[in-house]
Amino acid sequence: MGLTARPSDNLARQDPSAGAGESWVATRLDFLVNWGRAGSLWPMPFGTACCAIEFMATAASRFDLARFGMERMSFSPRQADVLICAGRVPFKLAPVLRRIWQQMPQPKWCISMGACASSGGMFDNYAVVQGIDTIIPVDVYVPGCPPRPEGLLYGILMLQEKVKRERMSDTSLRNEMDPDPKSGLYIPAQAIDELSEPFGNSVHQTRSGL
Amino acid sequence: MSGTPIVVIPGSAAPDAPAPATPRHLPNRGGPANPSADALKAKFAGAVQRVEVIWGETSVYVERLKLGEMVQWLHDDPSQRYDYLSDVTAVEYRDPEQPIEVVWHLRSLPYRRFLRLKVDLPLDGKTPLEVPSVWGVYKGADWMERECYDMFGIRFAGHPDLRRILMWEQYHEGFPLRKDFPLRGRFSRAEQLRQALAANPEARYSMEELTVAQAFEDLPEAMRKRLLGGERTGE
Repeated sequence: MGLTARPSDNLARQDPSAGAGESWVATRLDFLVNWGRAGSLWPMPFGTACCAIEFMATAASRFDLARFGMERMSFSPRQADVLICAGRVPFKLAPVLRRIWQQMPQPKWCISMGACASSGGMFDNYAVVQGIDTIIPVDVYVPGCPPRPEGLLYGILMLQEKVKRERMSDTSLRNEMDPDPKSGLYIPAQAIDELSEPFGNSVHQTRSGL
Repeated sequence: MSGTPIVVIPGSAAPDAPAPATPRHLPNRGGPANPSADALKAKFAGAVQRVEVIWGETSVYVERLKLGEMVQWLHDDPSQRYDYLSDVTAVEYRDPEQPIEVVWHLRSLPYRRFLRLKVDLPLDGKTPLEVPSVWGVYKGADWMERECYDMFGIRFAGHPDLRRILMWEQYHEGFPLRKDFPLRGRFSRAEQLRQALAANPEARYSMEELTVAQAFEDLPEAMRKRLLGGERTGE
């Protein structure tokens, strides 16, 4: 996976020599499709905490998410293109988030908004998922606690860039991942444990009883 | 007064209640206790262990098994009328010698009184972590007692539906607010995630339960009319 280099010849061409009144345009099909997809992403807001407040500010008139083709919030995952997970996700919500992601039709993307959704943030405790990428695949992480609307908009622009670089010949990004039937996890258990190892000060505050 | 019936409006102050006032210059310990504490001592001799006044608020430590009876009396007696239960919770101290305290916050709206009842549950392994439920007196105790059970593992005898409320029902790592519970839980992150994803909330909460059909009779008149006219319920 990852980004391929941006194709250089993406511009639509008009042939001026075709005579007055008649002209033609040539472009690559996936350029056209990607252009359409990137400009009309419908977000599914999965707001669980303060990040959702900042997300609402992004959608409101001052920052105006509609400028990027995200006019309509899709509160049903079945009509959504982008899952924006804004806020911390407790373990109790993990099956819900997984189900919402599975209900979204391809092509679909995911933005993890804020420190908690991306890594558990300061909630390194028994109740909070340490990064939603342990539950569902994530395309763009937006850092911040919470991120400013500019930060989220930058993340959305990055996602649009990613959408524009997809090639129709490579369908690997659109393959639906099946979780491991035994554990229900996408990534190996050892990787999850390693990723969510405590760091910094929090090393000293746990698993010691009193 | 005699002959004129006293009309009691729920939640309003009794005629002889003190005027509302903001307390000032409260001592940390001591000071006048809530008169209900003495009334409890008189009524339930021996069941009141001790009374403490901290920052002007009265805490009464009571016998574990007498609690239900005392709360019932505090609620019913015309001289007390504690008609509002504002909290049920528990406290565990870092000192393992100190018992777990279960705390009830009662408020008497007519007499403008606040009373804190506490039950000590020593962690000696002999006392069961069980107290009487006050659900029979205050229906609002239902979820508060469930939360207290979920977080501390204290059982409330007589509660109609004592199961976890904050953690999911299959959760079996323990009781998270207990001092012997590690902050990150007992299992590894992957194991916690695996169990959470396997919880399958739909097994208990079916779509049939969530339809509006069962609650139809309880809906407002205007909404019933709209639904009868064929409006979709959004299922």
